[in-house]
Amino acid sequence: MGEKSITTRLGGPTNRPYRPRPDLFRVACFVSSALTIALLAFILGEILCKAWPAIAKFGLGFLSGVQWSPNREVFGVLPVLIGTAASSLLALLFALPLGLAIALFLSENFLPQPLRQFIRFMVELLASIPSVVYGLWGIFVVVPLVQQYGAVLADKLGFLPLFAGPAYGNSLLTASLVLALMVLPTITAISRNSLVAVPPTLREGAYALGATRWETILGVILPTAAPGIVASTILSFGRAMGETMAVAMLIGNSQRLSWSLLSPSNTLSALLANQFAEAEGIQISALMYAALVLVIMTLAVNIAGDAVLRRTQRSLVGLK
Amino acid sequence: MNSLTKASGNFFTQDGKGTSPLRLIRNGLLTGLCISLSLLTLLPLFSIVMLVVKNGWPLMSPALFTELPPPPGLEGGGFANAIIGTVIMVGIALLLAIPLGILAAIHITEYAPESFLSKSVRMVAKLLNGIPSIICGVFAFAAIVMTMHGFSALAGGVALSILILPTILLTSEQALLAVPGTYREASLGLGATSFQTILRVVLPDALPAIMTGVMLAVARAAGETAPVLFTALFSANWIHSIMEPTASLPVLIYNFAALPFDYQVKMAWSASLILVTVVTLTNVLAQIFFRPKHR
Repeated sequence: MGEKSITTRLGGPTNRPYRPRPDLFRVACFVSSALTIALLAFILGEILCKAWPAIAKFGLGFLSGVQWSPNREVFGVLPVLIGTAASSLLALLFALPLGLAIALFLSENFLPQPLRQFIRFMVELLASIPSVVYGLWGIFVVVPLVQQYGAVLADKLGFLPLFAGPAYGNSLLTASLVLALMVLPTITAISRNSLVAVPPTLREGAYALGATRWETILGVILPTAAPGIVASTILSFGRAMGETMAVAMLIGNSQRLSWSLLSPSNTLSALLANQFAEAEGIQISALMYAALVLVIMTLAVNIAGDAVLRRTQRSLVGLK
Repeated sequence: MNSLTKASGNFFTQDGKGTSPLRLIRNGLLTGLCISLSLLTLLPLFSIVMLVVKNGWPLMSPALFTELPPPPGLEGGGFANAIIGTVIMVGIALLLAIPLGILAAIHITEYAPESFLSKSVRMVAKLLNGIPSIICGVFAFAAIVMTMHGFSALAGGVALSILILPTILLTSEQALLAVPGTYREASLGLGATSFQTILRVVLPDALPAIMTGVMLAVARAAGETAPVLFTALFSANWIHSIMEPTASLPVLIYNFAALPFDYQVKMAWSASLILVTVVTLTNVLAQIFFRPKHR
């Protein structure tokens, strides 16, 4: 009798038959998981639903239309799509050599470890600065610079469509330069990871054959890490496409088609940022359609980048 | 010649024997290029930090934190309402995202790590992480602003919660995975239920790392403009309820940066200084918070 009460108090075995109670915590966890998945579906569904009037009205012609005039209820995003692709690609063009240089710098022993730590910290700091602050900085630093040197470029190289004048401060080039700065941490971090993951035996082998440091880097290390660097580039491309505020503040928001890097342009996200607050009726629907296009593009790019990254990790396993 | 071989910094070719000068020159040049490109990148960063401090500091005063923004063209005042608005919206975001993120993380690490649902959750979290921040705003606009017929702090908070959910979920997952399996086995072996094990053994051990994720999420949410731009909009007045348009620091920077008035632009710089300081401090604190326990 006394013994039984002790075991009961301790939560030990009792004479009561075991009745499993529903584990409410487990249910809550399960529901949260399901909700997370439902959330993505809800986001896509909600945007699709609100975009439907525009999809029904404009169809795929929305993607090839060159006019965006809410007053006449004509909506086409081709110039904006081109602007999105152009600014992101241009940003990668600037950021890739720099990001690769920093990634190499951080993974090789050029300079003592504390200095490398410092630079790594600085690059991470670059990632934490809010987008809108980049925009503010761009307005007061990059815009005047591009205006000044853009005029020179247009003067000297104006015969090329890419540099045709007149040169604007708020231009594709300005936005791309600031975008490059913003995707740099992504490129650097992922490239560095894949450089560090190159097995040391490969490096030692190259050195043993008498290769100099850079022959080793260019001939052995970079080719081995290449898939990871490709993945970092793809993921940065996705980030650049979705980057909103700095671009909206710097690109000039013009839906006119132009070859020139020095003329204003627009991107999908900047279009959304600029027009949503004042949009009405079918324009909201058209903006939702544009948002849907942006989501699909970034999701596709991210899935591709992720797939490459996972393949890379798997292929390196065999080397170790 | 000797200095060149030194510049190559290569242990195995230090003596330079058998390595032609041309190769060594190329080696040195590339090293120089790499280092100078890396340092070049720091230039814009220094420029940003310097300008933010230089332009943002002069206006720093208690009034900035206690008063309303001045009407366009006038001087004086501060952006207390924007600070409060940002705090409220980040608070709403945390309130929504922390329980959801942590509970989902517990499900996919503790209860059913290999199930189809868990694999889907991991994939969805990654996808959510990759969608542009402005899409969170578009969604909140469609789901809340359009159905409730008005811009509100609630819509802004919901948009931010979607933004930070993947951060919290994925860092919590990593934190839970870092708890040694032996802890769980010991706890279960002593007769604890799985709920007791998670609550008393696993979560306390993973808490610092989870907090790191939460702080990273706070830093991210506080600085984001796009999700709140057309969900919470902006307001020049104090906030009375979460169902009305609300000011926030990032939107204030965006709005004031484009104004032709000197004072407003200066306020934008001051707001930037506050924002960058808070975000950087939170990030650094988050790094310090997390000391890997099990190595």
